[in-house]
Amino acid sequence: MPNMLKRKSRLGALPWIFPALFMIFSFVLWPAFEMVRTSFQEVSSSGITKGWAGIQNYITLFDNPDLPNVLIRTFIWVAGIVFFTIIISLPVAQLLNAKYPGRKVVRWAVIIPWAASVVMSSTIWKWILDPYYGVLNKILMDLHVYKEPVDFLANSKQSFVWLMIVAVFVSIPFTSFVILAGLSTIPGDVVEASTVDGATAWKGYKNITFPLIKPALLVAMAINLINIFNAFPIIWVITAGGPGYETDTTTTLGYKISFRDQDIGQSASMASLNLIIILIFIGIFLKVSKSQEDK
Amino acid sequence: MTNLLAPKRHKRLTGKRVSLTISAWVLGFLFFAPYLQMLLTALKPKEEITAIPPTYFPKHWAFNNFIGVWKEIPLATFIKSSFIISLSATLIVMFIAVPAAYYVARNNFRGRKVFLFLVLVTQMFAPTALVIGIFREIAKLHLVNTYLALILIYAAFNMAFSIWILSSFFTSIPQEIEEAAWIDGCSRVSTLIRIVLPLSLPGLATAFIFTFIAAWNEFVIALTLTSSPEHEPLTVGLTALIGFYQVQWQYLFAGSLIAITPVVILFALIEKWLVGGLTAGSVK
Repeated sequence: MPNMLKRKSRLGALPWIFPALFMIFSFVLWPAFEMVRTSFQEVSSSGITKGWAGIQNYITLFDNPDLPNVLIRTFIWVAGIVFFTIIISLPVAQLLNAKYPGRKVVRWAVIIPWAASVVMSSTIWKWILDPYYGVLNKILMDLHVYKEPVDFLANSKQSFVWLMIVAVFVSIPFTSFVILAGLSTIPGDVVEASTVDGATAWKGYKNITFPLIKPALLVAMAINLINIFNAFPIIWVITAGGPGYETDTTTTLGYKISFRDQDIGQSASMASLNLIIILIFIGIFLKVSKSQEDK
Repeated sequence: MTNLLAPKRHKRLTGKRVSLTISAWVLGFLFFAPYLQMLLTALKPKEEITAIPPTYFPKHWAFNNFIGVWKEIPLATFIKSSFIISLSATLIVMFIAVPAAYYVARNNFRGRKVFLFLVLVTQMFAPTALVIGIFREIAKLHLVNTYLALILIYAAFNMAFSIWILSSFFTSIPQEIEEAAWIDGCSRVSTLIRIVLPLSLPGLATAFIFTFIAAWNEFVIALTLTSSPEHEPLTVGLTALIGFYQVQWQYLFAGSLIAITPVVILFALIEKWLVGGLTAGSVK
């Protein structure tokens, strides 16, 4: 750390960082506080606070017969999508890093789902998966995989798998670019040297490339974890959590309770529970990544 | 490895090179394909969209869908709203993040760690997770259904990334350059503006474009906080085309493409810096 102004007191920093602090306190920490507070209040459907409710909202929430399944599904959602996104992004990043004609165009193509709004990407997937007019059925029937059109979203298990596939699709571009960023810091001769030494490509990747991109990988995982947990538009556009609550995660369930069922207190308790869950996820992640580092 | 061996090596790899090229192009196509489908659907006349069996390409290319969508929904208003909201949020982020990032990069003040921790916390709290709290707060401030509400929320939640990325750019600029300017009598602020910022253009561009795109694409908060077409951004406004009984797919996708194309171009422009910027910004 450069010590140009080390003697500066805390007050000297204020003019430079006060606006940032103001924004963090007013529009990030205040809403978080407001939400937790609301979870202990009784709020009418029009949004008027009627008074304290103690833990009544939490009791109502845990009485919801759909909650256990939604919690299990949320876990599968986060763990499954992060896992497959990383597994697929590793080779994708290698391809983006390799040298071949048209690499720039390939990189641009992979960027599209990252730059495009997730709502719009979800809408096109809903249309691609349409049982009557969707192009996926058309392709599969032309390839003689199916004789009759298939309804991909016919039951909740199947549609949840498709929701996860769409989520992996929109998560890969960011993830592979972060890994690519890690790859591009590795000098070419390091990899070259390993092949000269007679190491096989796989061994070279495992022993040399992989340890070097691990920091980038961990960052990608952490950001994916947060994004996937909070992923809303994919589910909202394609199934809206339905039928019933059968494809909901805790994020979409919380939204349904507040803005459809108009039970703001209960939904605030769902969202507060969500905050605790994400903190646990991040805690586990930090612990695992730390123990990896110590190895 | 001597130069003499190089051509031979190259020849040996030709077969591998071809398969590499093909797999890379297939990969690129896979990511592009859904948006190609979006374009092909946007160019079909209404009757062809619900034809059974469906077709890959339009029989009659309905280019006028891209004109019709402006009449079907107030697309110009949505674009204007999205533009005002995203640009204002981005400018606020830049004005706040640049001084904070610069000070953090150059000074070891008391409370620096606490500040960086708070910034990290902001990055972990997605607005979606706090939507109820945000709604309650904005309602109390009487800002529901205004541009200002979305501008402030987007600025607050996207600031963290810009502070990270900018401070690592500032750190990488040698201090001596600044010290020279100091001796010449430049103040701290004018050193920042005249010396540091021009040297950090890639970082500034990356932070600017990232924030702009995040605001442009945001959906949940906009869905919750806006209730009239005059204030809805594109992401929410376009959903008006999804009716209860039928969806006007051709207009929905024509509108979506009009929304997506400029941000994809912006993103492609910073692709060169994206790779370096992501390492500098997040891998720490």
